[in-house]
Amino acid sequence: MPSTIVEARGLTKRFGSIEAVRGVDLSIGAGELFGLIGHNGAGKSTLFKMLLGLLAPSEGSIQLEGQPIAGPGFREIRRRIGYLPENVVLYDNLTGLETLAFFADLKGVARHACAPLLERVGLAQAGGRRVREYSKGMRQRLGFAQALLGQPRLLFLDEPTTGLDPGAIRDFYQILRELTAQGVTMVLTSHILAEIQERVDRLAIMEQGRIRATGTVAELRNGMNLPLTLEIAGGAGLRGRVESLLADLGPESITETAGLLRVRLPRSAKLAALGRLATLGDALGDLHVREPSLEDVFFGYRS
Amino acid sequence: MPAPDLKLDFTQIRILAGKEFWDRLRNRWVLAVALVFTVLALVIAYFGAAQQGSVGFQSIGLTIASLVSLVIYLIPLIALILGFDAVVGERERGSLELLLTLPLTRAELILGKYAGLAAALGFSTLAGFGAVGVILSPHLNLNGLFHYVGFMASTLLLGLAFLSIAVMLSVFAADRTRASGLAIGAWFFYVLVFDLLLLGALVLSGGQYGGDLFPYLLLLNPADVFRVLNVFSLDEVRSFYGLATVFPAALGHPALLGGVMLGWILAPLAIAIRTFQH
Repeated sequence: MPSTIVEARGLTKRFGSIEAVRGVDLSIGAGELFGLIGHNGAGKSTLFKMLLGLLAPSEGSIQLEGQPIAGPGFREIRRRIGYLPENVVLYDNLTGLETLAFFADLKGVARHACAPLLERVGLAQAGGRRVREYSKGMRQRLGFAQALLGQPRLLFLDEPTTGLDPGAIRDFYQILRELTAQGVTMVLTSHILAEIQERVDRLAIMEQGRIRATGTVAELRNGMNLPLTLEIAGGAGLRGRVESLLADLGPESITETAGLLRVRLPRSAKLAALGRLATLGDALGDLHVREPSLEDVFFGYRS
Repeated sequence: MPAPDLKLDFTQIRILAGKEFWDRLRNRWVLAVALVFTVLALVIAYFGAAQQGSVGFQSIGLTIASLVSLVIYLIPLIALILGFDAVVGERERGSLELLLTLPLTRAELILGKYAGLAAALGFSTLAGFGAVGVILSPHLNLNGLFHYVGFMASTLLLGLAFLSIAVMLSVFAADRTRASGLAIGAWFFYVLVFDLLLLGALVLSGGQYGGDLFPYLLLLNPADVFRVLNVFSLDEVRSFYGLATVFPAALGHPALLGGVMLGWILAPLAIAIRTFQH
């Protein structure tokens, strides 16, 4: 287990009589890419704001790199943090480079670090243009460049890929991977579960202010024990043979659409099922094993 | 989150102030406001007596008297428009959260914003009226020049006081629309309603109550402090306003009134910082 960078204990936030976050414990290690998922109103944003020091917890404590965020050393801690807010609108009247220079000044970072950062996020050509002329994706990249100022050791990214096209999303995660390789820790939220399931190291599912589960995607899947799906293609009469082969393995359902057979099976029966289907020989046209997606896991924890 | 009790970092204040000032310089706000002041002051100086059938510069006393009655409407309005979205604008844009995760305190944020806006307002006020001072200088003796400079200084204080109120309102307001409503309300209250209320109270009580209190109540309104400051600076102006007769001379001391104005600058700022920190 790597050394802990983000440590939250018993975090609770109340707004009047509403408990937005209830008793959250969280440990995130150095160099981890940690995802925080949950539907709107689950408490993600409130938790995020408490971790960033924007909201004081009603109860509980937060330590970043072993220090309290609001303590006397807060300037030093904040210099090591990068933050990309959701849907941030930076200053329209400034150019991209001027925007970065302003934030660099406030962070105590030398201005000559700005141009290489713009290049890193793919805005090298647009640095001299006013932000008002930027597309949504370009603004998001500029916000990301801002978060990377001063080589932060900890990055908080709130819905970071909003407005990015698929190519830019791939580039974005490429940069995140380079950063984790350098030991940078990242906490990101996303509502696009398919996008983050292959990319985060660990994640937490939030629901009604609580963390319902924490772990790798595989751990969460196993924890839920969700059935997997076999997709089988083959010639006529396949369905009957498959049903008889798999009957004692406890299939939950067998459906057929457009010549494709879908069998939902308990995960424990995976290898046995594959062994039996192999006996079909040439009658078996094609076979896919579909693991439950993060979305299935997410809805599994919600229900 | 309550900001830690830390010493102010003046570098952060200067960076924030620099951005606000350059923004106003670059979008020509400073130039436009300075030009408005110059043109208005020139028109008043040279054509202010046209209704009495004479055109041309009359006297610095009359010019200042006319300028005071103009500035008392205009400066609060300009200052309130300049500052009403200082904080709420950042909040609405989503950039406030980002600024607050940087190594700076909430007090530094407010002070930096205020300092930058104050520099923009101060620069346009001094440049606009200063240019007119230069143009009028051949007509003025040292005493006249002194009073004109005093008028400029009090105008600056008036602007800074209303800017401070505007920044305070921008901390209170939940969004820009409400902030603009509060700013307009503040203008109406201080510039139009306050004096009427005082007079109404005085008349209703038949002058029985409040007569002695009246001058002190005027100190509760920076616009009135500004008026009194200028009324007491010149005999000519004093005769122009009946007010002077009810105002005790001891209370009219420029240093005292300047101190009250300073209070009007510092108090709303302090409230803004305190509110913003909690």
